[in-house]
Formats: sequence, structure tokens, C-alpha cells
Amino acid sequence: MDYLLEGLADACRAIVRLDPAIRAAAWRSIWISTLAVTASSVLGLPLGCWLGRATFRARPFVVLLFRAGMAFPTVFLGIICFGVFARRGPLGPLDLLYTPAAVVTGEFLLAFPIIVSLTQGAVAALDPRVAETAWTLGANLWQRALTYVSEARTGVTLAVLVAFSRCVTELGIAMMVGGNIRGRTRTLATATAMETGKGEFAEGLAMGLVLLTIALVVMALIGCLSREDRL
Amino acid sequence: MVHNRWRRIAVDRPIVAPIVVLWSIVVTSLCGGCRPADVSPGRESNATSPTVGDDSPSRQVLRLAVTTSTRDSGLLDALLPVFERQANARVDVIAAGTGKALKLGSSGDVDIVLVHARAAEDEFMAAGHGVRREDVMYNTFEIVGPSSDPAGVARLTPQEALQRIADTGHRFVSRGDESGTHQRELQLWRAGGSRPAWDSYLESGQGMGPTLIMADQMQAYLLTDRGTYLAMRDKIDLVPLVAQTDDLKNPYGVLVVNPDGSPGINERLAQRLADFFIAPATQAMIGRFQVAGEPLFYPAHPISAVAVGDDR
Repeated sequence: MDYLLEGLADACRAIVRLDPAIRAAAWRSIWISTLAVTASSVLGLPLGCWLGRATFRARPFVVLLFRAGMAFPTVFLGIICFGVFARRGPLGPLDLLYTPAAVVTGEFLLAFPIIVSLTQGAVAALDPRVAETAWTLGANLWQRALTYVSEARTGVTLAVLVAFSRCVTELGIAMMVGGNIRGRTRTLATATAMETGKGEFAEGLAMGLVLLTIALVVMALIGCLSREDRL
Repeated sequence: MVHNRWRRIAVDRPIVAPIVVLWSIVVTSLCGGCRPADVSPGRESNATSPTVGDDSPSRQVLRLAVTTSTRDSGLLDALLPVFERQANARVDVIAAGTGKALKLGSSGDVDIVLVHARAAEDEFMAAGHGVRREDVMYNTFEIVGPSSDPAGVARLTPQEALQRIADTGHRFVSRGDESGTHQRELQLWRAGGSRPAWDSYLESGQGMGPTLIMADQMQAYLLTDRGTYLAMRDKIDLVPLVAQTDDLKNPYGVLVVNPDGSPGINERLAQRLADFFIAPATQAMIGRFQVAGEPLFYPAHPISAVAVGDDR
């Protein structure tokens, strides 16, 4: 018990004095996940809207496929990205393995199905009159899509936040294609794993606590939004 | 409404079977592509329980703490059964990091320790935790890099090689995790003054295996222990480049734990194991031990060919 408490005290001290290693890892975690989620939103939101409204034979199949994609283990995505970016892999010549770009790509693949599925769900649940009204008012394709997103904004924001919290906390992709290189690809998740492996319990706990804080803030936002939804 | 819902499920149902089939195809085709890791059979099962099944009450138990890399090399699986037969004892091997292994000794949780950290071993003896220390063997570190050797370090001494890699700005991957290998790397940098700062000096913060993979993927140079390198040689394209000097030697010592204050310590049997490690027959076995067709350890007390013949 002492071990845990002393570790906790040391960890809190490191966080309070804004240890540079923690700050660097936290900042890197945030910007890598933000970039990945932004990219998946740009592509995933329109696709999700379209899937939510479109009527074609294979639609349930496509929806199920994206829903299955939400269950992708991060280590699976990690090893696939490793194979793609490896020296002998198809994108080997780009020399992207062990760079933040590789991590962003992997996390994009992680976030994309989440954003598509949750957006599709939110748009499909909209009152059909929204679409009819938009039609009758002469909205073109993009204006209609914008209308859906704005009408389903709670669900859409939820999708983006869920995707972000999954990206920022994942370890598999960041470790396998990022490589935990100091000053380049070391994120809060990989640093937590590394410090624990080194037996530096307090340092690892500090990294983990900052990560937990980021995830909790995002979850609190999700909580607020869901409550608004219910009222 | 109810009717409508049932109809939807009926439509969705036929979708499920093709998805399951599709996934099984994807999964099996992916699995077919990977080969199982090259693991020597039996090593795992022999590691801690070479004598399970013939336990008798008369057999004494000896607790030996070693580093993980020593256990993973498989050397103890070759040596300890011989000792167990000779001494009618059972040796329980506890594998831990160097620091943890020594701590197990100083706290009296093991009877004998086999590690490779000369300075820490001397400290252990000076603090009175041990009653005897013997040199057992050594293995070596290697500076490996791409076979094209872009920095041109082949056959240089370790310090010259590191300096050349830094000067030419090539990639060098460091463990950066305060492990024994990382300590040795820092020692080599210090021997040549200090480590120059350059952009392509990367710290992985990971174990030897992942760090070797990283260096291979990036075609970088790195310092590795020979055992891990030999175990992974077939999977990577890096080759040993730098001349072997004493700077790259990694000596192993055995430490008999001081029984004072720790009533559970079996000093007599521990002394016997220390004797066994330095006996000519054992030293010869250490020299003959191979990993991937290459010798891994060099006996600390080499003996003549005649003596080897006698001991057989």
C-alpha cells in the first residue's frame, strides 16, 4: 500500500511542477489525436450523413461493416500499419515508420469507423420531416448535408469526442508504428508503458494520471452533451 | 410499426452469414501469411522445472537469481541439470533485471546470484551481502548496422565507430531505458569524451528486441548484446561491424549470498554451485554452448584441449 501511495505522491509532485517530459508527451498525444480525428471527421461526417439517409440494397451491410470497424483492436490496426509502412511494405519507400505521421494514419483508421457509425446513427434517427423541409426549401446536396449535421449536432459531437478519447488513450498503434522515440513519437500512453517497464512506477503513474485527466475531461463533455440530448 | 420492425430484421438476417464468412476469409488469409516465431522447443518448459517428477524429500532446494537475458539464452538449461544430478538438489531459477536479482540476494530471498554488472557486484560484496564472488564467463556486445555500412565504421574500435556515426550524422538507435546495455552505451560515449548531440540519435525506451527491429527498419546503427542479436539475426538485415575489444566485453559473476541474518540461506549448497560454475568441465560446457550455431559465452577460466578431453 505504501508503494502505491508514495508512487501517487511522487506522481502528483511531478505533475504539479509540470515536468518537461510529461508536458512534451501530453502535447504530442493531443496534437496527434486531434489531427487524426480532424481527418476522419472531414471524410467520415459526410459519409455518415449519406449512410444515414441513403436507401440502397447494400446499405445495412455497409452500416454493419462500419459498426464492426468500431471494434477493431488497436494492436490489430498497429500491426497492419506496421506492415504497410515497414521498409519492405508497400509504403516503405516513404520512410514514415516511427514518425508521428504513421501514428496519425493508424489513429485515423481507428477513428474513421467510429465517426461514420455514430454519425449515421444520429442522422438516421432524425425526424424525416427535416429532410422533407430541406427538400421543399430547395436545398442542394451540401446544404442538406449541413442541415443534417446541424440537426444531429449532439450525436455528431458525441461521435467526434468518442473518437478522440479512443485515439488519445490507445497504445497499440502508438507503440508499434510510433516506436516511443523520445522527443518524436513518445506519447502519454507509450511513456506510461515504458516507465512501468523500467520499474519507474511514480513516473509511469504521473503519465497515466495526465492521460486519465484528458480522457475524463472528454468524457465529462460527452456526459454534458448526452444530458442535453435527453432533456 | 411492429410489423415494420420485424420486416427489417428479416431483411437484415441474410446479411449476417456473408459477413461471418467474409471475416473468416480475411482472418485466415492474414494468419496464413505469418509464420510462428522461431522458438527452440522445450526451452520455456525447462527453464524453471527441469526436475519436476522426481522430487524426493532428501533433495535440497537452491534458489538462484539470474538476469532475464541469461535465462533466455538457454545456457542454464544445459548446465543446471548436470549440477542437480551431481548434488542431488533442485535449483529454482528466478529471473529478474540485474538490480532486482541483486536485491533478491541482499534481502536473503535467494541463496546465490548470477549477474553481469561488475560495479554493482563489487558494491554487493563491499556491503557484506556476499561471502564469495567468482568470474564465470563473459559474452560480448556488438555494434551492428546496415551491411552497406554508410558511415564506414567496419573494423574501427567501438569509440572510433561511435564518433564516426555521430560525425557523419547517421541514425543511431539507443535503448534509452537505463538497462545494462544502455549503461554500457553511455560508458562508451563517456570514454570518448561525451556524446555529441545530433538529430538522428533516437532513444526507443524499449527492450532489446523492439529496439533491434526499429534499427533494422530505419537502417540505423545500434549497440546490442550478442545473445539477442543472434536470436533475431534471421529476421533482420543488420550485421556486426565493429572490432571486438575489451570495451565490448560483458563479464558474468556468481555471488554466494551471506547467510548471516538470513537463516533460510543454504550456503553449503550455494558454495557447491559456485564451485560447479568454475569447474573445468562446466567451463568447457560453457565454451561449447551455442545459440543459432554460434558460441554465445566465453569461459572466464579457459582450459587446454587436453583438460577438456580429461573432463569428458
